[in-house]
Amino acid sequence: MTTALFFQYLFAGITYGILYAIVAIGFNIIYNTTGIINFAQGEFVMLGGMIAISLNTFLPLPLAILLSVIITMLIGAAIEMFFIRWLEGPSVLRMIIITIGISILIREFALHIWGENVRALPYFQGNEISSVNIWGTNLSPQVLWVIGTCSVMVACLSIFFKFTSLGREMRACSANRVAATLCGINTKNMVTFSFMLSAGIGALAGCVMSPITYTQYDGGTGLAIKGFTVAILGGLGNSMAAVAAGLLLGIIEAFSISVVPLAFQDAISISILLLILFIRPNGIFGRSDIARLKEF
Amino acid sequence: MNKKNIIHLACFTGIVILVQLLTQWTDTAYYLTQLTMIAYYSLLIIGLCTLMGYAGQISLGHAGFFGIGGYISAALTSHNLIPYQENTLVKMLNNNGFLVGREDLYGEALLSFHPWPACIIAISFTFITAFIIGIPVLKLKGHYLAMATLGFGIIIYRVVLATEVFGEADGLSEVPGFQLLPGLVVSGDFGARVENYYIAWSLVLIGIVLLLNLTNSRVGRALRSIHGSEEAAEAMGVNTARYKLYIFVLSAVFAALAGIFLTHYNGGIGPSETGILKSVRYVAIVAIGGMANIWGPLIMGVILNFMSLRGMLGTYDDAVFGVILILVMLFAPHGILRLNIWEKCRTIFPLTASKPTRLKENQ
Amino acid sequence: MELLEVKNLNRYFGGLQAVADVSFNVQEGMIKAVIGPNGAGKTTLFNLIAGNVPPSSGTIMFHSDSIHKLPTHQIARLGISRTFQNIKLFRGMTALENVMVGRHVRTKAGFMASMLKLPWTHREEKEILEKSMELLKFVGIAEYHDVDAYSLSFGQQRAVEMARALATNPSLLLLDEPAAGLNTHETLEIAKLITKVRDLGITVLLVEHDMSLVMDISEEIVVLSFGQKIAEDTPTAIQKNKEVIQIYLGEEDA
Repeated sequence: MTTALFFQYLFAGITYGILYAIVAIGFNIIYNTTGIINFAQGEFVMLGGMIAISLNTFLPLPLAILLSVIITMLIGAAIEMFFIRWLEGPSVLRMIIITIGISILIREFALHIWGENVRALPYFQGNEISSVNIWGTNLSPQVLWVIGTCSVMVACLSIFFKFTSLGREMRACSANRVAATLCGINTKNMVTFSFMLSAGIGALAGCVMSPITYTQYDGGTGLAIKGFTVAILGGLGNSMAAVAAGLLLGIIEAFSISVVPLAFQDAISISILLLILFIRPNGIFGRSDIARLKEF
Repeated sequence: MNKKNIIHLACFTGIVILVQLLTQWTDTAYYLTQLTMIAYYSLLIIGLCTLMGYAGQISLGHAGFFGIGGYISAALTSHNLIPYQENTLVKMLNNNGFLVGREDLYGEALLSFHPWPACIIAISFTFITAFIIGIPVLKLKGHYLAMATLGFGIIIYRVVLATEVFGEADGLSEVPGFQLLPGLVVSGDFGARVENYYIAWSLVLIGIVLLLNLTNSRVGRALRSIHGSEEAAEAMGVNTARYKLYIFVLSAVFAALAGIFLTHYNGGIGPSETGILKSVRYVAIVAIGGMANIWGPLIMGVILNFMSLRGMLGTYDDAVFGVILILVMLFAPHGILRLNIWEKCRTIFPLTASKPTRLKENQ
Repeated sequence: MELLEVKNLNRYFGGLQAVADVSFNVQEGMIKAVIGPNGAGKTTLFNLIAGNVPPSSGTIMFHSDSIHKLPTHQIARLGISRTFQNIKLFRGMTALENVMVGRHVRTKAGFMASMLKLPWTHREEKEILEKSMELLKFVGIAEYHDVDAYSLSFGQQRAVEMARALATNPSLLLLDEPAAGLNTHETLEIAKLITKVRDLGITVLLVEHDMSLVMDISEEIVVLSFGQKIAEDTPTAIQKNKEVIQIYLGEEDA
């Protein structure tokens, strides 16, 4: 393998990896406040891309993206208010089925609005053939946009959770919901907010990725399962570890192309998921005694 | 078999016969095609129902097992072995009667597996796969179990899509009929429509009897106890890991059987049969039907699959399933047959009254 | 004869030592109680004996065989049965069905035999049914056999749990706070029941907060505090033990 090819794979891996990490963080945010795995997480990414593409037909790109993120956040909030908020102590099985139902609905909704066509936002800078040269590798500037935006998102999120009072309240919620309620935190609103937040970051990631990966109505499920793999790999609920795990999975996937046919690429990452679930269900970075205390 | 079950089975048989007679009288025999397909889907559904409703384990990968059964059987019975005729293995198989020669549409000679050995190979393969997958997967709970089985389903889908023997995106076609007994062939042959309707529903009847027997036995109680409280079940000496594995394998075999028969009936199978949406649909039907009872999912399966196969839901097919799924889980988590109105009706008509049971909410 | 021998048992949860170097024996045919303030490690001790959690170190011998490495269901097969502090009946099953699950370990119909309903399974089912009804009568709630177990009263639920545990033909019965949540009358009933169980020849080891119950029925008492055994004696001696009194005054009366 030449150095140039190596970096080509590496950057492809990082690009996809950071997208997976964003989806995984989306899972984690909702999981932490509710104990629910939102199977519709991947659909937020798809929605973000699709809405931005439609808005971009009459709005400038930055405005279209901004509006798309806001709309997706509102959809996230609406989902929580309609389907989650008023359920009292639902079983895990019930929540799984409900979120799967939501994901099907969003997908079918998208199919009827946007059809089966593959769509894409224009490149933020230049076009398909423009490239920047880094370490002897030609990269699309969009790759840098993706890596840059997602890194900024991760940084902002960690600042948000550490230093703002809203972020602290959400963490309190995840640590102990009852205690948080007793401290006067409105846990229900926190849950709504967690849905908005994970919808928002998913949508933004969906927008920046769209020129590279394209957007199609049924792209959500694959992303969801890979995002989940990453979330598990990093230990469910641990967002910083998810970034490392996301990059790891992305890079493994990128390099696997040189060994196995492209058609089996998904099978590879899912096999990794199964393998991790079997040998270390608490994640490679997680601690087993902590994981045991959580309700699955 | 207690009295209640015998009455239910008798009703079931009666309805199956009545429906056939109705289609004959009203000259609507074309419905039988869908009703036969529904019967095979029902085999999968009752199997999944015992896994989900009785043992309390979710599987989002049952379309995968359906696909394994259907695809292996289809590939073996339709793949032409004439070019490998001189191969010792093929010769040996041929001499022992595993293979059967016939002609294709253009009169070319074909040599392929007889459906019976193909069926047995497909079932064995499903059995082994379910076993190997089940050992680690069933250690998982809740979300992890759901995702792991979903992942398994996707792998099967991808493998089918990328494998030439399985016809890639086109799937397999020209799968021959399955001669169960001399004179009894599972096939989409127009003339054998009525016969096939009865074959299919008889198979379902056998499946129901077997599963009802199971659920009313020592094993059935053990499975329900796992659902009730895994910890207490262990303390009572139930080897929970083994029982979960066995019921998983059993329901996988039911799914594979459904796949095999439906493939021979339709004369082919496509990759969408193994897709996630199919798995989700099966789970939806079981959930809508109320899980802890074979009859509920069976009835809902017939209704929903009929509407879907007749194209009544149009392009909104999957969307309708999504909506129903959400509504039922929100408002009637124990299935629509267990809605409060229903419970009230039962108390009004004491003939069928049964004691209200409190069902389990948290897993 | 020693039925159960616990030797140098330890269990850590993270940095917390829930059970610290505990050793004691249970003789066959006696009622022995484990008492101690909240968080003393009583339930953990039970979970260790029943195999729900593995010990960090130490041994547990039952009928002179070591059992601390066995999974729970095998321990049940060997003859240790238990009830739970916060009742764990099987939801969606009647009282009778709950008890019938208890017979699981002493019967053998498997998947194939059950699906095909082989003739011998009829006899086995009949045996299971009769024995389970008998046990429901023994605990005094036979008339509720057809009622969903979770719609019974608290005391009745405890009785079902006891019958279910007895259905496994145990030689050692572990009762985790059998009187918790019961009123005085029900507590008396359960005390009678426990003695009746002992009279059947079944050894009983119980964890309990209700001192009057413990003092009335048990022949020996082990006192735990912060995971350590601080005393093991007859009820009368325990009542006079200074250290024990201090713990209990400190814990409950202060």
